Amino acid sequence: MSLLALQGSLELGIIYAIMALGVFISFRTLNMPDLTVDSSFTLGAAVSAMLCTMGHPFLALPAAMVAGWLAGNVTALLYTKLKIQPLLAGILVMLGLYSINLRVMANRANIPLLNQPTVFNSLQGTPVEAQTHWLLPLVLLLAVILLLYLFLQTRFGLVLRATGDNDQMVRAVGVNTNITILFGLGLANTLVALSGAMIAQYQSFADISMGVGMVIIGLASVIIGEVLFGTSSLLRRLLAVVLGAMLYRLVIAIALHLGMPPTDLKLVSAIIVTIALSSPVIKEGLMSRQKRSRSYAHKEVKDNAGNP
Amino acid sequence: MLEIRSLSKTFSMGSINEKLAVDEVDLTLEAGEFVTVIGGNGAGKSTLLNCIAGVYEPDKGSIVLDGMDITYWPEYKRSQYIGRVFQDPLKGTAFDMTIEENLAMAYAKGKPHGLQWGIRKADLALFREHLARLGLGLENRMKQKVGLLSGGQRQALTLLMATIVKPKLLLLDEHTAALDPSAARQVLYLTKELVEQHQLCTLMVTHNMKAALEYGTRTIMMHDGRIILDISGEERRKMTVDKLIELFGRRSGQELDNDRLLLG
Repeated sequence: MSLLALQGSLELGIIYAIMALGVFISFRTLNMPDLTVDSSFTLGAAVSAMLCTMGHPFLALPAAMVAGWLAGNVTALLYTKLKIQPLLAGILVMLGLYSINLRVMANRANIPLLNQPTVFNSLQGTPVEAQTHWLLPLVLLLAVILLLYLFLQTRFGLVLRATGDNDQMVRAVGVNTNITILFGLGLANTLVALSGAMIAQYQSFADISMGVGMVIIGLASVIIGEVLFGTSSLLRRLLAVVLGAMLYRLVIAIALHLGMPPTDLKLVSAIIVTIALSSPVIKEGLMSRQKRSRSYAHKEVKDNAGNP
Repeated sequence: MLEIRSLSKTFSMGSINEKLAVDEVDLTLEAGEFVTVIGGNGAGKSTLLNCIAGVYEPDKGSIVLDGMDITYWPEYKRSQYIGRVFQDPLKGTAFDMTIEENLAMAYAKGKPHGLQWGIRKADLALFREHLARLGLGLENRMKQKVGLLSGGQRQALTLLMATIVKPKLLLLDEHTAALDPSAARQVLYLTKELVEQHQLCTLMVTHNMKAALEYGTRTIMMHDGRIILDISGEERRKMTVDKLIELFGRRSGQELDNDRLLLG
């Protein structure tokens, strides 16, 4: 694998890590599998691409974040106010956003950004020009990690984290869980949309289907990170998600390099997440089998002792 | 402190499973009163507590706490004034967060939940002091996750969380029922200590008749959603478990056939 391909996959990993942190917020701290992600990622990309074509690549990022925030809020309200199951609420918003994303993209399925201003070519002529491709995402990612780390230790951050653990307890300490869920899903999809906005400018295009399977990639990153780097402290958890996202990109790059057809990408992602999610069951099954075979061996020894 | 007027709650109204769980209950608790509640399964004890806590909305009647009509307040809002410990030790704490984080959330009760730092240094010293008073050694484990604690330790922590900001009312819903006997005794003892220390107005549901008479200042017995016995003072001091069972039979017109209640 060439160094260039390796660097490219790491750069993508940095940008996708922001999305994975969003999935971490909904999946781990709120304990909700939020499928809004698939469409809020595209929404972020669409808003970002449109604003780039209008000449505002930097404004594109906060604008995409606001759009993501609102998308997450809608899912939260469907769940808390209309009592629709979280999974279904996410699917409904995902479906509805497909049309909205097309509208944002002026009814085109694809917006190319070649020869358009983006945050990546905006620093041309400065000394960091050659580094923008990894430097900008990295600075953004570090800022996100720092802010999340601080936020999750504030008074509101604590109850947000407790909501996924035990919502009954959060209400018992006098906090409205509808508010924590509204805010949590908003925050999660803000990060997802920011990631989508960066990806669109990085790849120089936005596509209506670029978010398909994004929640699965996010989950894979979260779980790979947890398995390999642990969950002992908050900072470790956040860093684990980031490393998980980068590792995931690296594995995909290597698989592609070894000749895996790109069309199989989604299948491989689905298999990775299936294995990761079922790892407790698999572990338990292996252990019980070991136990059984041990007790069987024990019995055999006894039988032999009885019949010399 | 607490005034309940003709409170009623029916489950599955209009269906074949319709059940009148609380039937026109009137109950007044004075400040500092520690009331124990006994009764068989389905007597309405837990439903009464859950109506007060805001988990269920009553069909009829009113609940007034310290002059505030909280009958239709959402659960989270009245929690500012009510401390609760649940039967299930898993329900009172966030298992994936540390002891100090759990206490910090309880300590922030009634304060604004913004971007203030969650745990301040001064708070930590206070938490350590409170934990040390429980006598379980938890003050040396403040950075450990609650998931590592035993059921008894969790209930003790939940008790502390429920009282660290002095509530107007403490609701204990069979909070020792899921514990082994020695842990149950310890948690009951801690309950008594905390209630007496803070002079808390308390409502404790229990299946243990002996404990119901031993702890608290007043005992009520429920049956079929109604209060059929309410004793305090001299009458209660002279009461024994045997007499209580006899009284139950006379008042309810039924034999007390609940093994759990008898053996407890």
